[in-house]
Amino acid sequence: MFKFILKRSLEAIPTLLVLITITFFMMRFAPGSPFSSERSLPPEVLANIEAKYGLDKPVHEQYFSYLGGLLQGDLGPSFKYKDYTVNELVAQALPVSAKIGLFAFAFTVVMGVSVGTIAALKQNTWIDYSIMSTAMAGVVMPSFVLAPTLVYIFSIQLKWLPAGGWNGGQLRFIILPMLGMSLLYVASFARIMRGSMIEVMNSNFIRTAKAKGLPFRHIVLKHALRPAMLPVVSYMGPAFVGIITGSVVIETIFGLPGLGRLFVNGALNRDYSLVLGLTILIGSFTILFNAIVDIVYAFIDPKIRY
Amino acid sequence: MKTAKSLLSLAVVATLGLTACEQASQPEASQAAAPASGEPTLAAVQELVRGNGTEPASLDPHKTEGVPESHLIRDLLEGLVNQDGDGNIVPGVAESWETEDNQTFVFKLREDARWSNGDPVTAEDFVYSFKRAVDPATAGPYSWYLEMTGMKNAAQIIAGEMPADELGVKALDAQTLQIELELPLPYFIQMSAHTTLKPVHRATVEAHGDKWTQPANFVGNGAYKMSEWVVNEKIVMERNDQYWDNADTTIDKVTFLPIENQVTDMNRFLAGEVDLTYEMANEHFDRIKKDQPESLKVTPYLCSYYYGFNTKKPPFDDVRVRQALSYAIDRDAVANFIVGKGEYPAYNFAHQKVAGLQVDTPEYATLSQEERNARAMALLKEAGFDESHPLEFTLLYNTSENHKKVAIAIASMWKQTLGVEASLENQEWKTFLDNRRNGNYDVTRAGWCGDYNEASTFLSLMQSNNGNNDQFYYSDAYDSFMEQAMRATSDAERSDLYRQAEAQLAADMPLAPIYHYVNARLVNPKVGGYPMNNAEDKLYTKDLYILE
Amino acid sequence: MLDRKLNSETMDALAEQLEVEGRSLWQDARMRFFRNRAAMASLAILTVITLLVLFGGYISQYAFDQTDWSAMHSGPSIASGHYFGTDSLGRDMYVRTLLGGRVSLGVGVAGAFVAVLLGTLYGATSGFLGGTVDRVMMRLLEILYGIPFMFFVILLVTFFGRNIVLVFIAIGAVSWLDMARIVRGQTLSLKNKEFIEAAEVCGVSKGRIITRHIIPNVLGIVVVYATLLVPQMILTESFLSFLGLGVQEPSTSWGALLQDGSQTMEIAIWQLLFPAAFMVTTLFCFNYVGDGLRDALDPKDR
Repeated sequence: MFKFILKRSLEAIPTLLVLITITFFMMRFAPGSPFSSERSLPPEVLANIEAKYGLDKPVHEQYFSYLGGLLQGDLGPSFKYKDYTVNELVAQALPVSAKIGLFAFAFTVVMGVSVGTIAALKQNTWIDYSIMSTAMAGVVMPSFVLAPTLVYIFSIQLKWLPAGGWNGGQLRFIILPMLGMSLLYVASFARIMRGSMIEVMNSNFIRTAKAKGLPFRHIVLKHALRPAMLPVVSYMGPAFVGIITGSVVIETIFGLPGLGRLFVNGALNRDYSLVLGLTILIGSFTILFNAIVDIVYAFIDPKIRY
Repeated sequence: MKTAKSLLSLAVVATLGLTACEQASQPEASQAAAPASGEPTLAAVQELVRGNGTEPASLDPHKTEGVPESHLIRDLLEGLVNQDGDGNIVPGVAESWETEDNQTFVFKLREDARWSNGDPVTAEDFVYSFKRAVDPATAGPYSWYLEMTGMKNAAQIIAGEMPADELGVKALDAQTLQIELELPLPYFIQMSAHTTLKPVHRATVEAHGDKWTQPANFVGNGAYKMSEWVVNEKIVMERNDQYWDNADTTIDKVTFLPIENQVTDMNRFLAGEVDLTYEMANEHFDRIKKDQPESLKVTPYLCSYYYGFNTKKPPFDDVRVRQALSYAIDRDAVANFIVGKGEYPAYNFAHQKVAGLQVDTPEYATLSQEERNARAMALLKEAGFDESHPLEFTLLYNTSENHKKVAIAIASMWKQTLGVEASLENQEWKTFLDNRRNGNYDVTRAGWCGDYNEASTFLSLMQSNNGNNDQFYYSDAYDSFMEQAMRATSDAERSDLYRQAEAQLAADMPLAPIYHYVNARLVNPKVGGYPMNNAEDKLYTKDLYILE
Repeated sequence: MLDRKLNSETMDALAEQLEVEGRSLWQDARMRFFRNRAAMASLAILTVITLLVLFGGYISQYAFDQTDWSAMHSGPSIASGHYFGTDSLGRDMYVRTLLGGRVSLGVGVAGAFVAVLLGTLYGATSGFLGGTVDRVMMRLLEILYGIPFMFFVILLVTFFGRNIVLVFIAIGAVSWLDMARIVRGQTLSLKNKEFIEAAEVCGVSKGRIITRHIIPNVLGIVVVYATLLVPQMILTESFLSFLGLGVQEPSTSWGALLQDGSQTMEIAIWQLLFPAAFMVTTLFCFNYVGDGLRDALDPKDR
């Protein structure tokens, strides 16, 4: 186990380095600069600004000085949000995304897995059909439709919950965005779980278990659930990263100060350092959760070797 | 999955974010913010929540350029002069000013002006601030604005040819500020209400560097002071007890929310969480007008919407082609059916409500749309385009719901009346800017907002030496009208030159004006004191109040 | 322990069976698919939708780009000929909904296809070969996953201009990443099964094991995930339009229609409902066809 973690950590370094390098140069090739705006800046003003942010140096020099700063944990100043450094922006947004993400993720996994399992066990009954129809609608309904609908019903008409805001993450501010964020994933988890469960339940070892007269509950919980979770666990990696890094739509509609908006606004504003910082963060999350998923595989199926 | 999701998002997010056409800010009057006698009484709780478009790039007045920033800074910092609800200049920190030649201005500052930490606001503060604004080390994106005001040596300082200390600004004593210009500029006072000319507190800036705008450090001289700032969520301000006109300020606390999406802004208004929205989605205007007209406030807004022709690129180097395309745009239909919030159909470039402008209605504007269409047909035929050889080109615009609708409508007008095939091309904001600036387009959507309330803020744009002249328009006559206007000694003379400049534009048609903006927003009917005639949207929280 | 032994025995049996019946696998699958009524009905509906999307526009009196100031936001009506109402510029929603289907169906299917093909092969290879190969392939996936998609698209547009092919490239580029991880996970578990070991012992080549034994056994989950991808890809397409790639007005796609419709939900719900109804129906059909395919191809289910 220790060896596994060590190996993964070492592998993460070149992985991230490649990611940083590609992203860094990709952004520089993209048209537009952080300082282009409706009013074009006089050349001397632009030169002053570029000098301040070191953009007047050759690109490779900027690249190495960025890496130098990174080694000391410095992600640089934000080009767009001039009163903040990238470290400060991330430090402010990450807890928000993490909190709402953890709620949404827990909700998603519990709902998705249980609903999917029920649908599989009641395959081709009205229960299965209604669950799967709902799930399908959930997959099709984009969050930019779902979220305003939730707001319209629960905030404008019923006035039960606030239409937006974070206010330090009080529960009533979290509920609607959490629902808005989870539905797609709940639906996806349910679909995957159902498919996988049906396959496992049809497999020979379960048939054998049934033939042996083991109680149905026991079969499902002790024998079927674990192998059926395998694809769900695979999907958890990307889903977790997706949820934790936030959805811009949800954050925008509910006015949440999370990572998703920072990332998208950063990209639109060509805020190089902000985008790069967030890319590193998301990249690290991806690597981390994939490693966790790989560890979980070993619990699900002890025979798995890499 | 994540990728796909965050992607989509954008489209929604940016519908609004990118339409923003930057504008500068000037403060407003210092009239007492309280209801006139006979009106209902004030509410016990005086707290206001305002939608503010997007997260500000900075709260440092010398580092900002956008409208959302100017709304925030207007409440936090006060310049020499303010504007009242009708857009007139009224005293701010300066209680009076005088000039003999429109070239040297002397401002008398009020003695009771205080920073939020109790320090007096002195002429030295302004001297320091103006020098800081032009200093290359500050790297302010709007530093050129000081060059526009013609402040002595500003241009050389920005170009790095002179130290910032050489700026033509001087403190004669603690309460007297003298500003020298390169040339006489009668509208300098109007210009001096801009965000870039706001003062900052020297000791605070020097102690905290880039971090001076944090709530814990912020020292300002406006009616409000910072109390909380959560990036992408809110900025909260509280009454500044040290403010000289604190006694006449009614609202105790104001919260600004960076809501990017217009529909979200509206929904939060409808849910009672926002008192003043930033803008108003066109699509919902009619519905709100029907359901709750008392919440709707529409005011003229100094911005102009137009289509620019790439005058360097055939066939748009041919004035007949430009005129034909311009004539065939049914501006009434665009203003009434597409945007439909009361925008003014436009036949000239500068916003019709801008000060100092009297335009002759161009001849084509007096014709009916059918007559214009007929004339457009004839012009296009003369230029060598007809059914067998139709004009084909690309119409470029930046991604936004509104720009898209206008583009579809106008392209379909061109197709129906002229048989012209205009294919639409939308681009994300920064890519769009790049292509427009570099002339990689045929016809492009554009907009321009005034930095100050005087016609030159629009008309100087089309001068051949202007860096924002993306149409590459070059006319000796136009340039000379504008040069002369700059030097004109009387308002009448200047106004006449502007009139001729506009006539030149209408003849050369480097751009097709489409409409002049209005600013429509939802305002809680309980909010009083909303300015209905400030064409620059200089909205001061201190002038507002909340009724019972 | 007992389970696993049982399992391995049955798998052994299965593996033999597979080898024996190998040649008729596809024929067999086809037969079983044709017998699946839900799948066949869905296929029929999909065919109808496809035909409608391709030719249905011609029976309307309106053109897709015909604006009408006097009929903006007008509701569905048989009398006016606007069966699905009109949009904010008075254009006919019926014609536009059908037009939108052309690109969206194409994009959805293509995205799913790339995901199935590339994702499955990549994932199966990585999982089956294991060791260093697996590690390198997975780290590569993580890099691809981390690259900001927006810049990728902006660069595509900048260097290659606007082109419908680029839409498919951009969609394809993102669609297969998750699929590859899921398939790899399944493969890791499958490769320890005795029937795979048996095949290896018998000297079957690695490529053949992947294509003949691993892939048929992961198809079930692949099909389920592919149907989840279709709507994702359709919505991603509308995001590409935002960046200047993708369908340009006055043409349209379902994603773009949903996007527009969501802005006017309160005033003109039909602008959202009709395209959404088409998407949901299509997705249901894809889903049943997918299930049908899964059942038909499942090597365990005989």
